[in-house]
Amino acid sequence: MPKITFIEDDGTEHAVEAGADESVMQAAMDNLVPGIVAECGGYANCATCHVYVDPEWADKLPAPEEAEEVMIEAAFDVRPTSRLSCQVQVTEDTDGLIVQLPASQTGA
Amino acid sequence: MPENVVVVGAGQAGSELATTLRQRGWSGGITLIGDEVSPPYQRPPLSKGFLLGKLSREKLYLKPAATYERFNIALRLGTWAETIDRAAKELVVSDGSRLPYDKLVLATGGRARRLTLPGVDVDQLDNLFTLRRIDDVDALRPHFVPGRKLVLIGGGYVGLEIAAVATQLDLDVTVVEAAPRLLARVTGPEVSGFLEDVHRSHGVRFRLAATVADVAVDASGHRVTGVEVSASGVVERLDAGLVLVGIGMEPNTHLASAAGLEVDNGIVVDEFARTSDPDILAIGDCANQPSAYAGRRIRLESAPNAIEHAKVCAATILGRPQASTATPWFWSEQYDLKLQMVGLSAGHDRCITRGGTGTAMSAFYLTGDRIVAADVISRPADFATARQLVTSGRPVDPERLADSEIPLAQAAL
Repeated sequence: MPKITFIEDDGTEHAVEAGADESVMQAAMDNLVPGIVAECGGYANCATCHVYVDPEWADKLPAPEEAEEVMIEAAFDVRPTSRLSCQVQVTEDTDGLIVQLPASQTGA
Repeated sequence: MPENVVVVGAGQAGSELATTLRQRGWSGGITLIGDEVSPPYQRPPLSKGFLLGKLSREKLYLKPAATYERFNIALRLGTWAETIDRAAKELVVSDGSRLPYDKLVLATGGRARRLTLPGVDVDQLDNLFTLRRIDDVDALRPHFVPGRKLVLIGGGYVGLEIAAVATQLDLDVTVVEAAPRLLARVTGPEVSGFLEDVHRSHGVRFRLAATVADVAVDASGHRVTGVEVSASGVVERLDAGLVLVGIGMEPNTHLASAAGLEVDNGIVVDEFARTSDPDILAIGDCANQPSAYAGRRIRLESAPNAIEHAKVCAATILGRPQASTATPWFWSEQYDLKLQMVGLSAGHDRCITRGGTGTAMSAFYLTGDRIVAADVISRPADFATARQLVTSGRPVDPERLADSEIPLAQAAL
């Protein structure tokens, strides 16, 4: 099963095993990783599953579609590596993926 | 000694609360009680992708059932609360057991409002449905066959989502709405008219300012064959092979009121989700809460609110109470339109639109020179900016706001 590492703003790491055919957002939900709020449930309607993809990985993932690109603009502190994790699918090719969680989503 | 949190209601709010408590280090017991048999799931897709058949049941589940087990959250499904024994701090559940609680959270949601007609027992009608739960969709989907005449009672968001799905599945759809326009409670006339045109272009018929006077049933007494609607004193019979009632929901407050808690359009809570009993909290669709955004008490029926309110509740239980400053938002899907709404438009004094091409538009609701709410249809970049403008309360220039050539962000003063 593909592994994903989520890193909180304070450096706390959460290494999880993701199921095939699910999104990076769902992998976080399944494993109670904090910092993925996912208000809309995974349909690119909000920007509360915002992550920063590790630079090593940014170019290896399929590029975002338009719906994702425009909604990313709604997120806080957008960077070139910003993605909506609901729109990033887990595959065998993403085994070892590393994503950072924005501070705005991890605040208690 | 660890404490017990018992949550009544395994919907989005209850599930979010349970998982948020664990994420934030709560080590005590967590029991989640739900009367449905499915693990906690997303309701919004029920009238969208799930009804259409393009989304599987498992995709509705917020998490696999195994996740709750792994994080020591006791899920008691197919079980409901009977009474709250506040003196003993115990919840009496349907199997007769008593669950001791230190904090009890009511996340009881709501139920579909029923159609009431004199002399008609809707429970006896096999082809009349409401849509609130997975079971409802399972029961009505076999009736979604091409060519069938569907009469949809109610032109709100859920009704219109069902109309869009039914049309795409080649049913013959007529929507009956009591108000003179669609979505009258929540949008301005500009958006109502836009959506009415879209639905008409897909073949949906409307009877507006029309009320249901009666239903005709066949000889068995169990099958609706027609719906009698009355508009401006004229009664018309609409043939019906299937009737769906989408006239809103009613909050489930009985458990709270029977326990002597304050109830007024929902279970009354303070800004930290506490009811009139400090050991009992209430969240989500069932709760009437003070809203910093609205400056008054509101009861919201939405998934984002369920999540936000659960987080407020978790913070209270963890002893770090923090009120919400969130701006309410909502979404819908109809055909290939993506509808995103932010804020509550009630009480606005003018509406300014941009776009309006027939396939997309944005409507901004202003009080003075501030945008208090916006309805955005298939212009997601507008939604992103509108959300920031509503939340910040920044004044805007109405002329720039109305000019689609000017980026929305530049409408801010």
